[in-house]
Amino acid sequence: MNIEQVRTDRAALGELFALPAVALVIAIGVAEIVATRDAVMTFHAGLLVLAAGAAGLWLLLRRMGGRAGEHEAGYNHAVVRAGVIASMFWGVAGFLVGDVIAWQLAYPVLNFDLPWTNFGRMRPLHTSAVIFAFGGNVLIATSFFAVQRTCRTRLAGHMAPWFVFWGYQLFIVLAATGYLLGVTQSKEYAEPEWYIDLWLTVVWVVYLLVFLGTLFKRKEPHIYVANWFFLAFIVTVAMLHIINNAAIPVSWTGTKSYILWSGVQDAMTQWWYGHNAVGFFLTAGFLGIMYYFVPKRVERPVYSYRLSIVHFWALIFTYIWAGPHHLFYTALPDWAQTLGMTFSIILWMPSWGGMINGLMTLSGAWDKLRTDPVIRMLVVSVAFYGMSTFEGPLMSIKAVNSLSHYTDWTIGHVHSGALGWVGFVSFGALYCLTPWLWQRKRLYSLRLVEWHFWISTLGILLYITAMWVSGILQGLMWRAYNSLGFLEYSFIETVEAMHPFYIIRALGGTLFVFGSLIMAYNLWRTTRGDEADETIMHPEVASASALAKLPAE
Amino acid sequence: MATTERDEISGQETTGHEWDGIKELDSPLPRWWLMVMYACIVWGVGYWVLYPAWPHMSGYTKGVFGYSSRAEVAADIGAANDARKVFADRIASADLETIRQDPKLMEFALAGGKSAYGDNCAGCHGSAAQGGKGYPNLSDDDWLWGGSLEVIQQTIRYGIRSGHDETRDSEMPAFGRDEVLSKEQIDQVAEFVLSLSGQAKDAAAAQQGAPIYAEQCVDCHGEKGQGSREFGAPNLADAIWLFGRDGDSIRAIVTNSRKGVMPHWQGRLPETTIKQLAIYIHALGGGE
Repeated sequence: MNIEQVRTDRAALGELFALPAVALVIAIGVAEIVATRDAVMTFHAGLLVLAAGAAGLWLLLRRMGGRAGEHEAGYNHAVVRAGVIASMFWGVAGFLVGDVIAWQLAYPVLNFDLPWTNFGRMRPLHTSAVIFAFGGNVLIATSFFAVQRTCRTRLAGHMAPWFVFWGYQLFIVLAATGYLLGVTQSKEYAEPEWYIDLWLTVVWVVYLLVFLGTLFKRKEPHIYVANWFFLAFIVTVAMLHIINNAAIPVSWTGTKSYILWSGVQDAMTQWWYGHNAVGFFLTAGFLGIMYYFVPKRVERPVYSYRLSIVHFWALIFTYIWAGPHHLFYTALPDWAQTLGMTFSIILWMPSWGGMINGLMTLSGAWDKLRTDPVIRMLVVSVAFYGMSTFEGPLMSIKAVNSLSHYTDWTIGHVHSGALGWVGFVSFGALYCLTPWLWQRKRLYSLRLVEWHFWISTLGILLYITAMWVSGILQGLMWRAYNSLGFLEYSFIETVEAMHPFYIIRALGGTLFVFGSLIMAYNLWRTTRGDEADETIMHPEVASASALAKLPAE
Repeated sequence: MATTERDEISGQETTGHEWDGIKELDSPLPRWWLMVMYACIVWGVGYWVLYPAWPHMSGYTKGVFGYSSRAEVAADIGAANDARKVFADRIASADLETIRQDPKLMEFALAGGKSAYGDNCAGCHGSAAQGGKGYPNLSDDDWLWGGSLEVIQQTIRYGIRSGHDETRDSEMPAFGRDEVLSKEQIDQVAEFVLSLSGQAKDAAAAQQGAPIYAEQCVDCHGEKGQGSREFGAPNLADAIWLFGRDGDSIRAIVTNSRKGVMPHWQGRLPETTIKQLAIYIHALGGGE
């Protein structure tokens, strides 16, 4: 029996066993609908039943059509294509919501006095949409792409990668609709309630298994550095998610739950989670993207293998300690504050190791910055990474933090990392992936990439400079005393002073949204195989080698 | 066994591995990078020696400096209190009128009052004390309960319908909801109330409203609608209206009543701060 036949039989068996699992999920959903008196739970259980029903229908139709176990040979590019589309969709949605709430801060009347469009509900919608929906889909797509190619083997699992993809989309929809309907456990970046957390845990464990399975059957003797970062991201996020969301539901048929931790322990757990969501989701994961896409696009070897090893281990060892810097000058014990601060400073160079490796990989190919706007996007993202990972330790010094904490400076810092680093490295990766995955010779238009690059860069600069000025101004106003020993400014006066900067910030956000729409258009035309009539030269990128089929196994 | 090769551009050897066309150079760690990392670690260790740092079974390492952020914030608050102490002590012991006569004390009280006003009162009464619908203007001379220093102080201290034992309290009946007056009577009395400030459009209805007013309203709002500070009853004959000056607003109030609430600040703000607030509000323009 040949190996293809074995694989098909195994996949068909898997599809058969998936049916009872689907039936179980439907049964749970229906039981919730029958038993609950919570309208949001009814709605969410309904969504679960619909999603499971769709999956079950797909499985049945395949069986009836005699196509059970059927799969493409070679690399699994289909699930990555789905990830690219989802990334673009959630990206535009998340940026747009962010810009709406930026305008709400400048003009509160824009919340229209409706509960669903209130800043308090829209803000987690924005943060979750950009971090988890956009960033998460980019990470799933790029890690699925890079791991199979750098392991020279098809992605492990027949249905598992698709379960990860669709299961993750269901998580996003449950979380997002929950926020708008007022369901939240009020932990920043961990707002989804217990049942959504449970679902994500299942999806995430399967993600880990797919990734490990692919590494396990690799045809390369060594594991490429990008995969270390992806694996660190997947494992650590699983740990963070489970510990920070340990909660007891009030009832199995209700949405509300209470977190196991209380008081300052809860605060510390939350910011251990929150900071490492930045460290492992938004840093380690996206460094994985950088380590694959920068050398691939630039067609130069990675600058230093030794640096990648040392900075990888230093980064993951150090990052996990830095969370307490979110809780300076609070009830958190002094010793914990000290550890948070000192490890944040020690983290500086381990973070910069990634920047050095990214930038120096261009040595010998700096001229491509001029000719290839996609490379420019990737390089500027690494530059923003370097800037934010310097600013972070700086803001972690207690004396600096006493000025910056609770101000817009923090918001600016987050966005230089989020828009500049995470956004641009993702855009670069998507611009690389789309022609490869849809087997097109080139992008529809490099000129549009140029426009996207400049409009978004201008938007980011407006955003972060406005927040620097407003944050420092705010911090100084809060602490200003007059000569008689009274606070110089009331809180509302500081809010008033922020107004012009909020407008500038919202304008910057508008530019960033506009840039992402240009990108969506460009990628859409690329998938259709259109090529704009352009005089600028499209670089002979790595697409040729990327399109190479998986060698016979 | 992987074979290394030399990269032509950098002159550096590769590690000999290749993944999907990606190779790695075997460049050494940048020296400056390593040195700065070591320096940060040394600095961190030094900080642990000087400050509270590592937990152990029975506590944590206290550090050479014996630093504590609680002690630091207590010292900061103490220093701020000390800076205000001379004047604050005199404010505490002096009566309101004495403070008003002493330019130095007055300057201090106004500064303290302004600071406290901004963070405690402006939310309702407006950043310039201009008030808003349902929230009285504090910078004019139209007072519901009185505008002398002592009266303002009492209002701040105990609030209005605040639940405090000493609170200012009164309640206008809901003439329509409780079916004391018919809808037609309410229209008539509203028209009469409008006539008090020269706004009536229907003289006949206003005339019919006059006896109703005399029976139901006059006790609190007075014969000429001049109001009464005893009950906090607004003047109905002037151009200043708390909940709106048009016929609809007046009919709504006569029908369903209205009662604004102001919290009591005793127990929330120090007595000296309440004094300073009273002086500040008194000095906004309408003090009596």
